[in-house]
Amino acid sequence: MEILVCAKRVPDTSENEIQLNTTGSDLEREELVYSINEPDNYAVEEALQIVGQVGGSVTVVTVGSEDDEEILRREMAMGANQGVLLSDDAFLGSDGRGVATILKAYVQKGHYDLILTGVQAEAGAAEVGGMLAAMLEYPFASLVNSIEILEGRKLKISREIEGGNREINEIDLPCVLSIQTGINEPRYVGMRGIRAVASVPVPSYGASDLGLDANVVGAAPAKVKRVDYFVPARGKGAEILGGSREENIEKLLALVTAKGGLS
Amino acid sequence: MIPAIFAYIAHRAGLVDDSAAELVAAARQIDVAASPVAIVIGSGTELDVACESLRDSYSEIWKVAQPVLAHPNAELIRQALVKVLPRGGIVLVPHAHFGMDLSPGLSIKLNAAFVSDVVRIEGVEGSLLKVVRQEFGGQVSTHVNCDISSGAVITVRPGACKPPEGSPVKGAALVVDKSADVGALNTSRRYLQTVVAEAGDVDISQYAVLVSIGRGIQEKDNVAIAQELAEALGGAVSCSRPVVDAKWLEKCRQVGSSGKTVKPKVYLACGISGSSQHLAGIKGNPFIVAINKNPQAPIFQVADVGIVDDLLEFLPELTKKIRELQSVSAK
Repeated sequence: MEILVCAKRVPDTSENEIQLNTTGSDLEREELVYSINEPDNYAVEEALQIVGQVGGSVTVVTVGSEDDEEILRREMAMGANQGVLLSDDAFLGSDGRGVATILKAYVQKGHYDLILTGVQAEAGAAEVGGMLAAMLEYPFASLVNSIEILEGRKLKISREIEGGNREINEIDLPCVLSIQTGINEPRYVGMRGIRAVASVPVPSYGASDLGLDANVVGAAPAKVKRVDYFVPARGKGAEILGGSREENIEKLLALVTAKGGLS
Repeated sequence: MIPAIFAYIAHRAGLVDDSAAELVAAARQIDVAASPVAIVIGSGTELDVACESLRDSYSEIWKVAQPVLAHPNAELIRQALVKVLPRGGIVLVPHAHFGMDLSPGLSIKLNAAFVSDVVRIEGVEGSLLKVVRQEFGGQVSTHVNCDISSGAVITVRPGACKPPEGSPVKGAALVVDKSADVGALNTSRRYLQTVVAEAGDVDISQYAVLVSIGRGIQEKDNVAIAQELAEALGGAVSCSRPVVDAKWLEKCRQVGSSGKTVKPKVYLACGISGSSQHLAGIKGNPFIVAINKNPQAPIFQVADVGIVDDLLEFLPELTKKIRELQSVSAK
């Protein structure tokens, strides 16, 4: 099975506090630590496990810049056969639809049986996978938390729905699935693995390579634009206990007791 | 002129949830004069019951009935909507498991703009709809402009738009059967069944005190720290999604929209950032204590009391203090 995983390099929120620059036009990016978007890493692991069972290959693709190559190499170190960078000044400022348009152009250069994305990235839009599927006329399912390969170019998948329940579907290939975290246990990638793929070439394709009209992607045709970032007014917010740890424990116990949490 | 507004109504077994009324509120935030059209898709008497229940909040209800639509399959419903909806309208959808499945592809098929998980609607200026979203799990917000000149699909976060007071159109709603416009539907994705979550060893919804842990617990061995505190408090350990993803606790311990709904008296959120999906599982207005190293964590916005500290040090000392007090009072 030929599998394409669409991935994104994002600021790692477990490593960073997100701060805004003084004008709110962007994040303070100098100090940020980046990594692969966590759900995308689960998607790559799932692809590797499928190929382990039925054969084939895993390609990881991202839309971005040279800096984003590092996540492609990381996923190659994990076992992906190839990393592909889609990069062009004309892509800058694309909205979700623009990104899906770029990915569609790449997908149509090859023959993929299955396309995976992470369920969502840092912006929480959860949009590119479903858009890509609709553009390709492939079936789509979101929030997928298990995949079983069936005979006859079909998959049996489970989707996460409310209350921890699961919805089981059968879906024909080729299809696009958005992968939920927890579907598997992504394998560890050590420095040695990353060094081993350090010199493997990562092809980069621009708009003309993909046969894309530069006017249909990028900032100009984007219907959705982020104006700024801001930290919302705190509202009531928590009463922050500012004492020593011992004082905080005393105060907290008094409050919790008053609320019926400690008898 | 602001385009016509449509609200996709989620329903199950004839029951609509709060989102039906919230989408009316969202429509009025787009256009104060809006009289949104409810679109209800399904089959049989359940569909009719759902339509009936909307008469209090919508003045026009479009229903689409087909046996194959009895279970909400986003692939089929997308096809039905594309056939029924006029181009250029604004379509509102609740941002939940089904909305995430349906909406991005719907926007492509309608050639409409798409904005997801909107938490506030500020109004329309010219051809721009101005909304607020969140990024990084609620750590930062963003103002977003959406060009609605060729229509838009907007998913709205559950609970974000408060329903208007009163009942503007009671009993007067028009139900229009649009089923004939839909025609044959077929899909390469077929619903098989729904598997109900396993009960697990502990029912966290039954406890008055929950010590709830998130990514901040860092590793599986540290779960014992929370367990000891929960035992001292006579409560149970619950958690947020990353803890289940990492297989440190069973799924039955997860609080949130894709886990359990809980209603304790006291909720200690330890190393939990406080994503909207997690908060959606906390009901009954408990006393929320947030313990987190990151003073920016969104959990501090909803907590009653916050402590900025390392939970791996704070929790054991808290447990120790409780045990001391308990041994004093036992004497």
